[in-house]
Amino acid sequence: MNYHITHRTLYEYAAPVSVSHHVARLEPRATNAQSRESFTLQIFPEPTLRRERTDYFGNRLCFFAIQEIHAKLEIITSSRVNVSPKNPAQNESAAPWESVAEMFRDPVSPEVVEPYQFVFDSPQIRAARELADYARESFTEEMPLLAGARDLTRRIFEDFKFDAQATTVATPLEEVWKKRRGVCQDFAHLGIACLRSLGLPACYVSGYLRTRPPAGQPRLVGADASHAWFRVFCPGTGWVDFDPTNNVQPAEEHIIVAYGRDYGDVSPVAGILTGGGAHEVKVSVDVEPLE
Amino acid sequence: MSDAPNNKGRRNQTPMTQSQSQSATGDARFAHKAMAEKLLSGYQRSADAFDELIAKDGEIFPHYAKLLGEIEDFGAAELARRADACQRFVHEHGITYNVYGDPRGMERPWQLDPIPFVIAPEEWQQLETGLIQRATLLNKILADCYGNQDLIRSRWLSPALVFGQPDFLRPCHGIKIPGDTFLHFYAADLSRSPDGRWWVVSDRTQIPTGAGYALANRLVTSRILPEAFRDNHVHRVAGFFLAVQNALAQLAPRSADKARVVMLTPGPHNETYFEQAYLARYLGYMLVEGQDLTVRDNSVFLKTLSGLERVDVILRRVDDDFCDPLELRNDSILGVPGLVEVVRAGNVVMANALGSGLVQSPAFMSFLPGLCDHLLGEKLKLPSVATWWCGQKSAREHVLKNLDRLVVKPAFRTHLKIAEAECDELKQRIEFDPDLFVAQERVELSTAPSWQKDSLVAQPISLRVFLVADGRGGYSVMPGGLVRVAPDSDGKFISMQREGSSSKDTWIPSATPVDELTLLHGTGQSVELRRTGNNLPSRLADNFFWLGRYSERADATSRLLRSALLRFNPERTGGAMPLLAPLLQTLEIQGQLPGISTKPELWANAEAFEAELLAAIFDPERAGSLRQTAEHLQRLAMLVRDRTSNDMWRVLSQIDDRLATPTSSLVMLAGDAVGILNQTLLGLAAFHGLARENMTRAQAWRFLDMGLRLERALYLCTLLDATLDSADAENPSLLEAVLEVVDSSITFRSRYNLLPTVPAVFDLVLLDDKNPRSVLFQIKQLVKHFDKLPKERGDTASPGKMILDNCLTRLERADARELASSSANWRESALGATIRETLRALPQLSDAIAASYFAHSAISRTGRGGAV
Repeated sequence: MNYHITHRTLYEYAAPVSVSHHVARLEPRATNAQSRESFTLQIFPEPTLRRERTDYFGNRLCFFAIQEIHAKLEIITSSRVNVSPKNPAQNESAAPWESVAEMFRDPVSPEVVEPYQFVFDSPQIRAARELADYARESFTEEMPLLAGARDLTRRIFEDFKFDAQATTVATPLEEVWKKRRGVCQDFAHLGIACLRSLGLPACYVSGYLRTRPPAGQPRLVGADASHAWFRVFCPGTGWVDFDPTNNVQPAEEHIIVAYGRDYGDVSPVAGILTGGGAHEVKVSVDVEPLE
Repeated sequence: MSDAPNNKGRRNQTPMTQSQSQSATGDARFAHKAMAEKLLSGYQRSADAFDELIAKDGEIFPHYAKLLGEIEDFGAAELARRADACQRFVHEHGITYNVYGDPRGMERPWQLDPIPFVIAPEEWQQLETGLIQRATLLNKILADCYGNQDLIRSRWLSPALVFGQPDFLRPCHGIKIPGDTFLHFYAADLSRSPDGRWWVVSDRTQIPTGAGYALANRLVTSRILPEAFRDNHVHRVAGFFLAVQNALAQLAPRSADKARVVMLTPGPHNETYFEQAYLARYLGYMLVEGQDLTVRDNSVFLKTLSGLERVDVILRRVDDDFCDPLELRNDSILGVPGLVEVVRAGNVVMANALGSGLVQSPAFMSFLPGLCDHLLGEKLKLPSVATWWCGQKSAREHVLKNLDRLVVKPAFRTHLKIAEAECDELKQRIEFDPDLFVAQERVELSTAPSWQKDSLVAQPISLRVFLVADGRGGYSVMPGGLVRVAPDSDGKFISMQREGSSSKDTWIPSATPVDELTLLHGTGQSVELRRTGNNLPSRLADNFFWLGRYSERADATSRLLRSALLRFNPERTGGAMPLLAPLLQTLEIQGQLPGISTKPELWANAEAFEAELLAAIFDPERAGSLRQTAEHLQRLAMLVRDRTSNDMWRVLSQIDDRLATPTSSLVMLAGDAVGILNQTLLGLAAFHGLARENMTRAQAWRFLDMGLRLERALYLCTLLDATLDSADAENPSLLEAVLEVVDSSITFRSRYNLLPTVPAVFDLVLLDDKNPRSVLFQIKQLVKHFDKLPKERGDTASPGKMILDNCLTRLERADARELASSSANWRESALGATIRETLRALPQLSDAIAASYFAHSAISRTGRGGAV
């Protein structure tokens, strides 16, 4: 499936900004199942300095600095991405989860060092016994890893209420757990925290989701949004994605931008300003399927 | 007790005849032995610990003999005197340590024991070799973890140790570090076990602190024990700091003569702020906070009053993850946004490199023997205290079995609280998240002699040693170190945060005289001469300005209160009051006697009134009291500590001390208070004298003086306005009081030789520009200062300058003869209006200065578009 994605972010500042530094992670990743045909990133005003590089997790990032006085900043990306159809995951035939957890207990083979990085606590996600207990309802004895993850995805979807007002990007996971509400990044964090509490490697994925208009209505341009979900490492298969917000296993309609240990590693645009005061941010995303 | 020659320190004995001398020597020997016994009578050598002074067989170790001999020589009384001198030096130098969470003011005087710790030179040499090897090893481990990570792939290092650590900074992975030197500084805590072997208890790689305290201890100890210091040929530590300067200068990406090195501090609330300011001044680096620096064009710049100046090397005292809110911890307010990218580009060098906190984890200790073998092809020379990291299966099993005799600690810098955990609870936690825990063997610390009351006692010690990279791949060790002393003989761990902990200088004696070295620069090098000091960071300009304002506020307050107290006579309360009115009103308006005019009951009751005046002087809780002003002064002095002389600091802390004393005594007489005010005024005069005579006429001085002038004009105008407002303005006694407050009585008498009259007094105090205490004088000085300040871009006249010009024009036009007719309502006269106009303009002027020069542009974060 081919997509054309446009992602606009507009900051409007109450007071002029004299200098600002930003890091943007907006360029879709190239993966086995996803190829990036083209990508452009436009920034207004024109940055004094702009550098692109690959970060620790292999995501493309753009560092830029604006040194002229400005009252608004606009970032527009345009990407063409091809997502190849995946074979339906063989959830039931995956290894029992205990054997996978055992792989990641000392001593750990250097061969699985890459996924091993995603077993540990990260700044926004801490393992907890309470979460392990919650996860064990899905990961019963000898449960195949992927079947357990699929069930966990379903339970998060059912036990937690989607509520865009309940949380912000700064809401700690403990609060999401207590309130039983949140948005996609909270649910992704929760899923990861549960898996890591069992000693399983899990990572955070940021990206886009194709949205389908209600039957009989046209697709609304720009009404889409950034999305987030998690993936779990399965020996022999590799990383397998789960989307607890929609209770699905991503196939052809999820586009991956970046992955990391938690939101902090992959936040689409981060910035520190001198001046600025209060400000507003407007984001519009358009995921257009190309036939 | 000692066979060491101890004929030193007797220079003051009267000459004696041969025969007298013989018997006297015999007596002295005897007395001396008694003294030694007395000094050591309380010295209990613990059976379980190694003692640094006395060997198992009861003999004094030879390297202590000389020191002990000399101490015995001058005896307990003299030693007590020197111990007092020791604490006094510490106090006068303002050597302090901030204790977190201490509500009664965070600065605690540094505790220094007068008796140094002496270590045998042969033993030191071995330690040195071991430490250099260890620093080299840790540096190599860092280079690998932030580079290829071969150690992980080849199983020399457990991956969890790196990936599980919050101190592994992923954004810093892959950054090319010049010379692969991550650790420019390294410190280690050593302690000695009962069998006499030294062990490393902890490695300090993030921000190795303490070298400054070691230096301060050295300066004090060598002064109180000069004879012993000389005779022991103690190795000097100055060479180490020279090596620091050389090493940092070489790091600069630009040519060394232009290199600017700054020390980045988290600010005055940090526990070792004193040390930072002290070292910055000693090494000649500017002490800056994150907000003083900015990133432009992918380089780091210092924001100064006259523009941006490039920075090449940052000696950091800010934890690495706080250094850049953009790429590292985004809740940090201590760092510089964009710094990591500048480091990545190689345009600035951080010392220590960002990320070097990684190997500080005690969990690394159990891997070091293997890693040393693998990376250096050598055996690890200096062992670490036995350590088991629970992330390893076998180690975890050992720990769980021996939980009762091991000390369990967090393996990484985390939120974990372990001390309170019960054994079973701890077991469960270890099993759930083993990587986070490490266990170590308990260390029985060795003991060394310390001075307590009137004798020497054995107290547990640990030794912190310091290394600096030499820029050629090697390290040099400071010949000395910081010894910390536990308060009681069963001390298990030592922290300067703990009440009762103390410290010591460390001496490495030498058989032959040592090189004397001080930090005098550039022998034989050509030096670019500099006459300006225009690089003042705006934050410091702000502090100097307020230092000036508060010093003058203290001065004016003292004068007003002194005159009020002197004129206040309990016998004629009612009668004297009206004559005090302008003074009291000034104090009321300026905040020292809030609401006094609305409390008529005070005016009738002499005791209550006196108490009110005394409270305005001494009450630390009262906003605006002299005591509070003195505290502000001391706080500001601390903020500019690296830019002012020790004398200035001393003068200000004495003022504060003096005002703090009376709170302990219950009865305070007005007469005593006047005495203290007199001393305060002398102290302030000393401070202003030091500022005038000792500070170069650069921006720091200029802002200090501007603050002073502005504050003085403010008090003068308030007083003059209140005088015109008084019904008794013509009363010569009242005018005398005004003249006294503004220190112009003598001038007046020499000019007029008659009782003061309103026009004559106002001419002298308001309009005479030759009188340094007149309003016009202050305004003219301010105008001069303004002309020398850096100009804002494109501005012909700054708002501040316009305010000043206005004041000046009005005052120059004014004529005091207007006040000659007594019938007029003076306050409504043109002169009265001028005074009030000036009074209104001055706070605006202060704001304008702040807006033009101190604006600390606040940084903020962009709100991030959340994903759904």
